[in-house]
Amino acid sequence: MKKPEQRDLFPGALEMMILRTLKRQPMHGYALVQQIKRTSNDVLQIEEGSLYPALQRLLKEDFVKAEWGISSTNRRVRIYKLTAAGGRHLEREVSSFERMLKGITQVLAPGEL
Amino acid sequence: MNWLRQLFSRRQAYRELSEEIQAHLDEKVEELVAEGMPREEAIFSARREFGNVGLIEEDCREVWAWPSVEDFLFDIRYGLRSLRRSPLFAVVALLTIAIGIAANAAVFSVVNSVLLKPLNYPRADELVALHQVAPGAEGLADFENGLLLSASMYFTYSDHNRTFQSLGVWTAGAANVTGMAEPEQVRTVAVSDGVLQTLNVPPLVGRWLSPADQVPNSAGRVMLSYGYWQRRFGGDRTVIGRNINVDSQPREIIGVMPLGFRFVDADFDLALPFAFDRGKTILAGFGLQGVARLKPGATIAQANADLTRMLPIWMDSWTNGPGTNPHIYEAWRITPMIRPLKQQVVGNVGELLWVVMGTIGVVMLIACANVTNLLLVRLEARQQELAVRAALGAGRVRIVRGLLVESVMLGIMGGLVGVGLAYAGVQFLVAVGPSNLPRLNEITIDGRTLAFTFVLSVLSGLLFGLIPALKYAGPRTASALQSAGRTVSVSRERHRARNLLVVGQVAMAMVLLMSAGLMIRTFGALRKVDPGFADPQHLQTMRISIPDSLIAEPERVTRTQNEILDKLTAIPGVRSAGFVSEMPMEGFGSGWDGVYAEDKVYADDSIPPLRLFKYLSPGLLQTSGTRLIAGREMRWSEIYGLQAEVMVSESLAREMWGTPSAALGKHLHEIPNMPWNEVVGVVQDVRENGLQQAAPEIVYWPPIIKSPFVPGLVYAQRTVTFVVRSDRAGTESFLNEVRAAVWSVNPELPLASVRTMQEVYDKSVARTSFTLVMLGIAGTMALALGIIGIYGVMSYTVSQRKREIGIRLALGAQGRDVLHMVLRQGTRLAIVGVIIGIAAALALTRLMTNLLFGVSAHDPVTFVAVAVLLILIASVACYIPARRATLIDPIIALRYE
Repeated sequence: MKKPEQRDLFPGALEMMILRTLKRQPMHGYALVQQIKRTSNDVLQIEEGSLYPALQRLLKEDFVKAEWGISSTNRRVRIYKLTAAGGRHLEREVSSFERMLKGITQVLAPGEL
Repeated sequence: MNWLRQLFSRRQAYRELSEEIQAHLDEKVEELVAEGMPREEAIFSARREFGNVGLIEEDCREVWAWPSVEDFLFDIRYGLRSLRRSPLFAVVALLTIAIGIAANAAVFSVVNSVLLKPLNYPRADELVALHQVAPGAEGLADFENGLLLSASMYFTYSDHNRTFQSLGVWTAGAANVTGMAEPEQVRTVAVSDGVLQTLNVPPLVGRWLSPADQVPNSAGRVMLSYGYWQRRFGGDRTVIGRNINVDSQPREIIGVMPLGFRFVDADFDLALPFAFDRGKTILAGFGLQGVARLKPGATIAQANADLTRMLPIWMDSWTNGPGTNPHIYEAWRITPMIRPLKQQVVGNVGELLWVVMGTIGVVMLIACANVTNLLLVRLEARQQELAVRAALGAGRVRIVRGLLVESVMLGIMGGLVGVGLAYAGVQFLVAVGPSNLPRLNEITIDGRTLAFTFVLSVLSGLLFGLIPALKYAGPRTASALQSAGRTVSVSRERHRARNLLVVGQVAMAMVLLMSAGLMIRTFGALRKVDPGFADPQHLQTMRISIPDSLIAEPERVTRTQNEILDKLTAIPGVRSAGFVSEMPMEGFGSGWDGVYAEDKVYADDSIPPLRLFKYLSPGLLQTSGTRLIAGREMRWSEIYGLQAEVMVSESLAREMWGTPSAALGKHLHEIPNMPWNEVVGVVQDVRENGLQQAAPEIVYWPPIIKSPFVPGLVYAQRTVTFVVRSDRAGTESFLNEVRAAVWSVNPELPLASVRTMQEVYDKSVARTSFTLVMLGIAGTMALALGIIGIYGVMSYTVSQRKREIGIRLALGAQGRDVLHMVLRQGTRLAIVGVIIGIAAALALTRLMTNLLFGVSAHDPVTFVAVAVLLILIASVACYIPARRATLIDPIIALRYE
């Protein structure tokens, strides 16, 4: 059995990016992948499919909601929406991520050695 | 209930997921096509970027599922399917397991009911039996019950103890109930105050016997057992306050005890108050069972110390009469050895049951080994399937788990069938179990037995599944796929597991057959023991008691008994008749006391060893077939003349005077300063306490004697066993004539314990025959399973080596050579198994030493016989496949490719 964490990203990163992207506006899976790829300037090479297990986990935790709707290209798609709980979770995650990043940056900062 | 809804809507959700992923791929493809990529290339590219769709879908599903459960359900479905595909294997394996589990469940239910379940009293763990031993009182060592309590001990212990909430004494007996239809002899229990309080089971109707009922000469009271109440009064609640005649004394019914209530281990009809008279109580009279309830927190060690402290108080408080020294009992070294009441009830049967449980457990192991073998053979055939699964991405763990689930399922299904069989098994066990097996009526299959069976099923499933699973789940995909379908001759390594199993089976069968063999030898040795009576099948016995309320005058009691004898002898077909206070092995508990010989010198205050006292009529020895070694029997004329005559057992004669004939004319008495009794006869030794117990030294008294305690008083034996020798013994018509004969003398006399001596004899060897039957069954099962194991492995080996054998034959080997080769291989396995089995048996049969009689636990005859038997049978089991091997046609075998 393959664990979902076995990726280049640290655990929870993909979920954080999904929530952040959905905070701006609800969208369906395909658009979500393209959006994340675009905004990260294609630095993050994620398998497109890996988005879906992450979405399922968020659905299960009630951080996002999904509804069937019609996309701009006129196909039946599932549109994901951030919930209030998802918003709070995102804030928590981002702030703890920033703290961690700050710590790492300080350690990595030149001149201290 | 969210998860429940999820569970049901899951199919829907998975469909939606697939749809969504498909939509994603479609959108991607269209975008790529729009960018100018050819459609076909676009499809590939979209898939590549997306990743493994199947795996991702599975990951998605895992988010929702409880994946282990899902896999588990899958494994079960898969397992069921593969079992259905090979029904013959499934049935054979299932039956093997079911029989093994049934035997185990049945025996466990007995062990559980007898040994593990607490007694049926509230807070039963506080209850103890006031057991004590007296190593200084010779003769008492034969008593299974140690030194029983006397009434004075009861008073002292009851008045001065610090460790008991309550205590009391009781004893089982019999009484005649008259005034209702036929006279009936019923089982009674006499209890002191404190017994009911200690056991603490409330009455079903009415009230307990109270301290007021224990006052001497108070109005008679009685409690009924549930069974007697139902039988005699149809469960009528208005019996309270009615009177019944017990031993011709009217007693008021004050209460009924509930169904299943027993006094410790005694079933009873009536419970009577002792009503001890403190004024007449003496030190002696050690015939009462003591039962007590410990104070919360008090230990048995503390209680023992408490009793030890009270023994000097007891000797200071009471006496055996003027001129006697109460401290002579110090020489007895009375030592309290209080034990939990349950131990008292269960007695020495625990060891027997554990031995049976152990042997049945070994049978289970052999059954497991057989099923393991079956599984190995089947997996051999399923290798391709496993290889395919592995190639499709199933991990080793997953495959092992799948195989284990399959075997555990087999185990559980076997367990289900087994429980059904066990219900029948328990009926069988209760039927063949020794009738003195304690708590026999409590044996049921309860929750604990079911739990045991379940655990056993799962464990055995894991046990017989593990070896094959680990062996075949290994990463051998490539080779398995390659060699598929070719009958190559199998490597030695492949056979090792199966050979080991066969060796193990033979070894275990060897151990079980050894135990069974030792029991057979024990039984044989027991049958050779001369019990002290002959041809028991034609000896009719019955107990008749003449209470003094019916006939007061002692001589008339004896004359009535004499008259009954005359009537019995007159019945057609009766060769002779006699009566005695107790026949051997009847277990009614007789009198014991020391005797002094006239020509011996005894130190002051010393107590001579205790001898069994029996009282018999003329003709008894001849009737029962007990040999007179020297001298003569007593005669009726001398008996009525109260002539001071006795007979002694051969052992006593030899101990006191060297030879039987030297005893004749010698004198002995029970109490110093009382008249002497002349020894007129010496009787062969009799196994009073069962065939396995040494014959005790016995003094035989006439049925009516001058009291050894009070000059001028005459004492008649009122309760005796009548013995009639007739070829018609045991038949209904004969018994009717016997009853008519007794009632023609006095119609108020009930007959109790009507049975042949054969029944008494069988009962006394019941424990041995029960063990023999159980070990016999276990041994036979082990032998059968072991043979099937050897046969199966040899057949399989032959079928695997068909090609090789074909080549051998083609190259000129003779059929005989092939036969020998296969036989040698099988027999070698059996011999290795037998050798290991002998080593194990040497260690294990020691555990059953106490069940054996007249044979050593390492009896060489049994060892050799069983070993030869096993090897012979194993060779026969190998012969069939070996014979088949010789019939292989080399052309066909080689063309088979």
